[in-house]
Parts: sequence; C-alpha cells; structure tokens
Amino acid sequence: MKYKLIIQRQKSKTDKPYIQSFFVEADTDNTTVAAVLSMLNSQDELYDSEGKRCDKIRWECSCLQKKCGACAMVINGRPCLACDARLINLGSEITIQPLKKFPVIADLMIDRGILYENLKEINAWLTDEAYADEKRNDILYEASRCLQCGCCLEICPNFYTEGDFFGMAAMVPSARILDELNDKKKTALKKEYSKHIYNGCGKSLACRDICPAGINIEKLLVNSNTIAVWKSLFLRNK
Amino acid sequence: MNKINIIGAGLAGISAAITLAEKNYECRLISAASSERAQSVMAEGGINAALDTMGENDDPIQHFQDTMKGGVYLADPNAVYELCINAPDIVKHLCSIGAALRIKDKQPILRNFGGQKKKRTAYAKSSTGKILMSALIDEARKYEVSGLIQRYPHHELCSLHIDNGICRGISIIDIYTNAAIDLDGQTILCTGGMNSLFSGMTTGTTINTGDVTAEAFYKGAELANLEFIQYHPTTISIPQKRCLISEAARGEGGRLFTVINNKRSYFMEEKYPELGNLMPRDVVSREIAKAKQLKNGCGRVYLDMTVIDEESWKNKLSDLRDECIDFLNTDPMKEPVEVSPGIHYFMGGINVDKKHRTNIKGLYAAGECACQYHGANRLGGNSMLGALYGGKKAAESAAELINEGCFAITDKIQNTCSSYINDQDYTIDKHTAEILKNALGIFRNEKKLSSAYDTLSNLCERRTLSERHKKRLVLARAMLLSALNRRESRGSHTREDYPEKNDEKFLKTSIASLNGNNIEITLRDIPEMRGNANEV
Repeated sequence: MKYKLIIQRQKSKTDKPYIQSFFVEADTDNTTVAAVLSMLNSQDELYDSEGKRCDKIRWECSCLQKKCGACAMVINGRPCLACDARLINLGSEITIQPLKKFPVIADLMIDRGILYENLKEINAWLTDEAYADEKRNDILYEASRCLQCGCCLEICPNFYTEGDFFGMAAMVPSARILDELNDKKKTALKKEYSKHIYNGCGKSLACRDICPAGINIEKLLVNSNTIAVWKSLFLRNK
Repeated sequence: MNKINIIGAGLAGISAAITLAEKNYECRLISAASSERAQSVMAEGGINAALDTMGENDDPIQHFQDTMKGGVYLADPNAVYELCINAPDIVKHLCSIGAALRIKDKQPILRNFGGQKKKRTAYAKSSTGKILMSALIDEARKYEVSGLIQRYPHHELCSLHIDNGICRGISIIDIYTNAAIDLDGQTILCTGGMNSLFSGMTTGTTINTGDVTAEAFYKGAELANLEFIQYHPTTISIPQKRCLISEAARGEGGRLFTVINNKRSYFMEEKYPELGNLMPRDVVSREIAKAKQLKNGCGRVYLDMTVIDEESWKNKLSDLRDECIDFLNTDPMKEPVEVSPGIHYFMGGINVDKKHRTNIKGLYAAGECACQYHGANRLGGNSMLGALYGGKKAAESAAELINEGCFAITDKIQNTCSSYINDQDYTIDKHTAEILKNALGIFRNEKKLSSAYDTLSNLCERRTLSERHKKRLVLARAMLLSALNRRESRGSHTREDYPEKNDEKFLKTSIASLNGNNIEITLRDIPEMRGNANEV
C-alpha cells in the first residue's frame, strides 16, 4: 500500500520549520513509521513527493522495539514511538512532527536534556541503602520502567519546559526512590516532590493513556502522593 | 589529576563511572545517546550469581565451571574465576541500590538459564536490563550533581590519540552541533557490540555500531576472538531487525519442537536429556538450524510456551507475552511461536587482560566491546554480570595510573572529526551485512569465508568510502580472517570443513592486529590458572 508522509522539517535549531512530503510503499501490515523513515534515509539520494532532491531526515532511534524511547515523535497529532506506530493504523496520509515541548535540534530530533536536569533538581537518587521488601517489589518494578521518551509531557496540559511542574517523567523515577528511601532521609525529595510534581499536577491523567511503556502512572502517583504529602500531613506522629 | 574518559553509558560505562566516583575520582561519561537508550536496557533474562537462595547447593565454583565449559575453555580462567567469585556481591549491591529484582525474604529469587544445572539467574520479569539500568542511572545522578561524573550526552568518539603505545586522550564530536572537542586523559571503552557490520540482522540497537572498536583497531589495539558471534536460538523477525524471545521462556518450561511427518519432535529433549531446551546457546542454535533442514520435516521450528503455568506468566514473563502479542499478533499462552536463531552477542572484541587493560597504556575496554569472560560462547545471564564487573575492573585499573602525567594530547587533531559529519552510507552497510551474513552464519567453510574476504577487499578499494566505513570494512575483514584461521569447530564457530574441536592447535585466543595495511591473525596461549583458580 502507498502512503504519503507529511513531515515537519527544520534544518537546524535556528532555522524555520517547513513541511515536506514523501511517498512510501509498505509491504506488510507490520511496517512502522520507524521502518519507513529508515527506508527513506537508506536511499542513495532522497527525493520528496514533488521529485525534489533533499537532505536526509534527522531523527533518533536505538532499540526499534519500544524499549528505549529514542524515537518519540508526534504522529497524526498524537505523541508516540515511531517503532510502535504501524502505518496500517494511521491512514494513507500521515503527519509527522517533532515533540513540540522540547527544543528541536533538526527535523524530528529534539533535545530532551531538561528531563535529566529536572531529575537532578528533584533529588532523584538514594542516599541510603535500600531495604528490600517483597511487598513493594511491584511498585519498584513499575517505577523503574520509565523510558524518558517525553510522550507524557507532550500531552500534559500543565507541563512546559521552563515551568516548575516536572510532570510524570520525573514522578515515575522518583516513585522508586520515595518508596525505598528511609523515612528520615526523605525530606529533600519530599519537599521537591511536592513543589515540582504534587502541586502542579491537574490530574487530567492524559499521560496515563499515552505512555508507550504502559506504565501504571495512576498507581505510582497515588503511592507517591501518599508518601510525600498525605502521610506527612496526617500521620506525622505515627 | 587527569579526568578519565568513559565512552558509552550502558551498564559497563555507568559501572565504571560509579566506581571512579566512589573513589572520589572525576570522569567524563560520554555517549551518543542517554543511558536510557543504551542496549543494556534491552537485556531481558537476568544476571547470574551463585547466591544459592533456592536451596540447590550452588556456589561460585560451579558458576566458574559452567562458564568455562559453556565457553569451551577459551576464556581466561583467572578472569572468569574472579567474575564468578564476585558475582554474589555485585547482585547484592544492585539490591542495595534498590534495583527491583524479584525477591523473597529479602533475597533475590533465582531461575534456570541455559548451560547451568542450578538456578542462578536473578531477574525482574523479562526486563532485567531496564530495571538494573534505572537503579544505576539514579545512582550515577547523585555523582553528576556533586560534579564527579560529568556527562557528555549526544557525543560520539571520532578519534583516539595514541602515540608511542600510550592513549593520551580523545576527540569527540557533538551530534547536535557538530562541534569537536579534544579531551586529555585515560579512556575506558564501553561501546557495545559490532552491530553495524550486520545492519538490520541483530537483536541489538542501531547505536552500537562497533565504530569505536574499529577505531581502536586502526590505532593499534589488538582485537581477540572476532570469529565468535552468538546466534541466540530464539528470535523473531520484526520491522528492521531481529527481536529476542528471552531464554527465560525456556527457563520457565518452554519447549522447542519441529514437525516431522505431521508429528511434533522435541529435538532438544530427545538429543540432550539432561539439559534439553536449556543447553548452551551455541548448541541450541545449531540444532535449530539442523532441524529446519530435516528430511520430511516442516522446515520450521517453534517454541511452545503454552506449557508455562499462569503464575509464571504473570510474575515472570508478562512483558514477554505482551511483546509476542504486539509484534506477532500471537498469544504465546495459547499457541506456539515460530522462532529462528539471530545474531545476539559478540564474544570477541577489544583484547583485554583480566584487569581490562588493552595493549595500549591508558586504554581500557569493558562490556560487549571487550573480549573477556565468554570464550567461544556466552552463557545467558553472564553478559550483564561481565559488563558490570568489567566496568568496575577497568575503572580500578585506570585509577591506579591517575597521577601519571603522560595522558595529555600533544597533537591537536580535532579537525579529523569533520569527516564524521553526515557520513552514513547505508548502501555499503547493507552490502557488507549481506556478505558477512552469508559467510559468518552458524555453519561456515573456507570457500564462503575466502570469497567474502575477497569481495570486501575489493569494496575497500573504493575511493568514495568515508573514514568511518573504511574502518568498518577493516574490522569486517579482520573478523573473516579470524574465522578462516580457526580451522576447527568450537562453541559458536562451526566449520563444515573442520567439524571437530582441535585443542592441540586451537585451544588459543585468536588475536587480530593491524600492521600498516596488513591484518595479522595470530594464536595466543590462554593464560594458565593461577592462585585460587588453580585449586578448582
């Protein structure tokens, strides 16, 4: 089947974005956006839908099987992983844009550095030895699965790059730390958690359905809010 | 005091960085993409350590013996001994930093894995690599904030500065801006396997190209055992690559079969009654390849996971099930999945001693880019262990020379980096992959290997080749020459024309080195067992 990819492109950080289209053929039902982007780039010369020769499309990928989050982009208006977006589900004309909440480096390649800066800011690390408890195994496992792809932030009505709210990309990893950290050592993280996650989250939970890893965000959020906020307010002396 | 450069931020790189930071030494953690994109996050089944939490009287000596036997005695026994003795502490340390391994009574639960009779593999469903990486990334972050670990994300190595046998420093390029930087200091390479030589045919990532291995070879580092490539027995085809069905599926009871005259034949169980489906990977892959060619057979091999109980699916393999449903539209709880062997791991790579030093002073290698621990065939569960331990050892070795003044670049040659910009050549990569696949499959022979070598040599003559691709082709030719030179069958290297193992001539490490334009292959004795290892 023949598809038209309508791609938002940008030569460099400082250039203006423009739209360029490409025709691609997909031979199987499994063909993904990642596969056709690779296919376009693997041609000796790349021509757009009007037959004009153009530069190769810059985008990021690594594992190509939903485990690394590198290839997150906006496809038909929805943030997702290109390796998980099957053409057959997307219609004959497919729009592809970079995630809009991060600075564009070139074409579909974006700088997600802010994700890591936010995790530093929020003190997302253990300061003491973890105490292994099998009852909490499931929470720790779930909180360890975040791909740092940025899809949840793209869809979030409350997140913007310079804002105080860090979103679920910071909540999920800190859920592991909050759950593991010894009570006395939690103070710094609890304070930062309240400031950068609890206070800013409008609970629209748009992130819940968009997470490509299918992380149970709600469960982690409730657990972390309990530890960081509610227990401190109501169970202070227990 | 010089900072130490670490290239690659997967398990080996991050382990090296944390080891240095714990000693209060500064390092730069340089990687083409963030740690979340490293191939380590794809590791599924688990990590081996003889913790003996399952009441089977396991101990590190048995782990050592299984690893040596699985690698058909081609690994340095002293290094393997140290690895296995230290494995329990490594896994305990992972628990102490909150890695979400499956536990019971505060101890990791262990499962069966190939080539090992005892339950020895700690795990987190089939996402063990991701879970370990998450804990280690958080641990590293602590030192990033204190300044001991300085991250260089989106940077690629383009040049190692080596003169008089000493690595003085490196040149790297910022993928975002194309700006080049020269950095003094000892350098630890943790850059993974050589996937770009088999583009689209491996289970690994696209960013583990092997280009750093090629650059190291070009600049005088010895490579070892390049002919040993692990074909994982159970992979499936997905767009652009092979996708792994974890060995854990067989560890939990999955059975391989083919159909002969309309009847299922469980060929592994029939031929190998003791370990059955859990024989080492080289053996299983060979048997699958043979089963596909059986007369009266259906030409296909299936993995029957319907026999695995519901509890195991829920607690141990739920992610694997999701993957099958997602990519194959098949529920493995209900029907068997067709599988084929696929390239999964390179046992060979940059030659290192047991302290992870290369033949170049100030240059180290760890993880899959290094050749250590796995001999002619790696056991499942030993790769993450080897990466973590190797990274630690490399860091400790670099720390020993931290005060030496010789690690500074004298000739600023960063302009060589410009040749690394926009130099992708997919046509050459595809061509190379086809040639190598044909020659370096599960079954090899002189005719196929020689012909591939000649074709690649002709390809090298092309004037239009970029620096990157020139080096890749040299690496590919070294791999073919190593395979040609080993006129025996051992582990993952099966020669149709030399089907027997020949210890007298070939119980040795293949060493590839570059002398001018000539690739030289020699055989080197395996170190003798010393100290405690000798008493095993």
